[in-house]
Amino acid sequence: MDLGSLTTSLIDGLLIGVVYGIAAMGLNLIWGVMRVINLAHGAVIALGMFGVYLLFSVMGINPYLALGLVAILGLLLGIVIYYLTIGNMVNAPHLSTLLATFSINMVIIGLGTAAFSTSPRDSGFSLGTAELGFMKLQNTRLVAALITLLVTSALYFFLYRTRPGKYIRAVSNNRAAAELMGIPASRILALSFGIGTMLAAIAGGLIATFFSFTILSGEVYQQKSFVIGVLGGLGNPLGALLGGLILGALEGLLPLAMPNTWVPVIEFILFVIILLVKPSGLLGGKK
Amino acid sequence: MSQWKNLGLWLALAMVVLLGFWPIFSRDASGREAAFTILLAIVMASSLNIVMGYTGYVSFGHVVFYGLGGYVGMYALSALGWPLPLAVLAGGAGSATLAFLLGKAILRLRGSYFALATIGVNEAARTFVANFAPFGAATGIELQFSIYKPYGGAMQALWLTYYAVVAIAIFAVLFSFLIKNSKFGLGLMSIREDEDAAEVLGIVTPNAKTMAFVLSAILPGMIGTLFFFKNGNVEPGDAFRLGFSIESLVMIMLGGQGTVLGPVLGALGYQRLRTTLLTSDISIGSLPLKDFQLVISGVLMLLIILFIPGGLVGWLRQRFPSLRRVLA
Repeated sequence: MDLGSLTTSLIDGLLIGVVYGIAAMGLNLIWGVMRVINLAHGAVIALGMFGVYLLFSVMGINPYLALGLVAILGLLLGIVIYYLTIGNMVNAPHLSTLLATFSINMVIIGLGTAAFSTSPRDSGFSLGTAELGFMKLQNTRLVAALITLLVTSALYFFLYRTRPGKYIRAVSNNRAAAELMGIPASRILALSFGIGTMLAAIAGGLIATFFSFTILSGEVYQQKSFVIGVLGGLGNPLGALLGGLILGALEGLLPLAMPNTWVPVIEFILFVIILLVKPSGLLGGKK
Repeated sequence: MSQWKNLGLWLALAMVVLLGFWPIFSRDASGREAAFTILLAIVMASSLNIVMGYTGYVSFGHVVFYGLGGYVGMYALSALGWPLPLAVLAGGAGSATLAFLLGKAILRLRGSYFALATIGVNEAARTFVANFAPFGAATGIELQFSIYKPYGGAMQALWLTYYAVVAIAIFAVLFSFLIKNSKFGLGLMSIREDEDAAEVLGIVTPNAKTMAFVLSAILPGMIGTLFFFKNGNVEPGDAFRLGFSIESLVMIMLGGQGTVLGPVLGALGYQRLRTTLLTSDISIGSLPLKDFQLVISGVLMLLIILFIPGGLVGWLRQRFPSLRRVLA
């Protein structure tokens, strides 16, 4: 095996990995702020895919413009989901929130299957390839990775420099104390959930620009988000980016050494092992 | 033996017996298939209830025991040439072994971490089996038709598996009742209420949890073997369908978690609803109602969680306090 194809696979994997990372970041934010594992994450990723696909293929809107629209819809959808489910059961046992978000997942997937069937779609969008020395990279993946980094920086700016962002961190630190300081905790939780699902929708939209997908694909990426979230530490948004890079590198390099079908086996075994050995993740998430 | 004066147990047993014996007396093959599906659901829900309802651990990986047991049993039947009863026992033993190993490892995790790990286990098991050559990798294991001969031909073999499933379903209800009313069951329920307190009171929680996990795995493994024997083949996608675990969760929530009667009622109700939806001719706009089966199950589950978290049995107990003593 020559070094060229090795580096190409690695870089390709890393580019896709950061996009996975942004979906995991959403999951991590929700977990970090309200200790809820959002099982509707995959369904929102799938909606993001279909949003960009429909806006681009049917209405002819530029996919990256469509992505902005999908992000706003994702935010609103997240807030609606929050008030339908978790908003009514903040202090309920984790069983209830798990099952509640899962029931939303069933509803979205069910409606999506009825509307779009489960046949595979492809946006057919392409920006050509870039040649960097001996490497050939798809431009859509480069742009996707760039957008991911932009969104991550924006999220950090929001969380650390703006008032609502500081509220989110305060509520995540200590909800009771934040409430005593006059922070409207329940509205902040809704906002956090909205941002979490927005990140999922963005990830889905970006994936739709370079992979084909079905309405059920969200499930796969949700599971990747879990793996990444646990790798980087649940509740640690920056860890998600690191986790995404690690998973991307694995997905880029493992197929060179073994049949493609073994890759998910390794991924999930890694996932369970990390949960067992260091459930707080590599960077150490919030307990 | 006042614990046997329990309306919930007898109701549950009566329902399973009625349902199970109906097709046997009417010798009706289509009724048998319908009853088979419901009995399968009852076994899955009742056994998952031991972990989820009694012990308070949500597992999304219950179907792993069903699928892996099915694979072990099918392997024993086709590659080793074992007779069916032995293969069924092998399926149960295979699942129990896996549950023991898994339990030792992942039951250290609590709450949401455990639930996440079980999703990972389910995927790991499915993708592993899909690559595992002795189990036929992606194509699975297919039985030769001649395998049904010692059981008096395929027709007779179908009835034979059905009798076995009825027996296992009855056993599942009794088993779940016996566990609930044992000292061991009390320990499990104290883990559900407060694991640290349970530990302080002298319950060896890691052992009790692993034991609950193993006990919940045996019956799905046995019934998995029977189901795939009846089908004649087993594939990774059918054997480790995450949706099947979820359906079992919905059934438990519907009927009432932590009760003996709940999973039985929930399984009956859910399967009834599912058949109604799948066979109805009503359509919304241009889309037939059967396309909305998943949506309706989702809405139903959400409504139950939000408004009657105790399920049907929990609601009855809350509404009619006099039932509390007799409805387990």
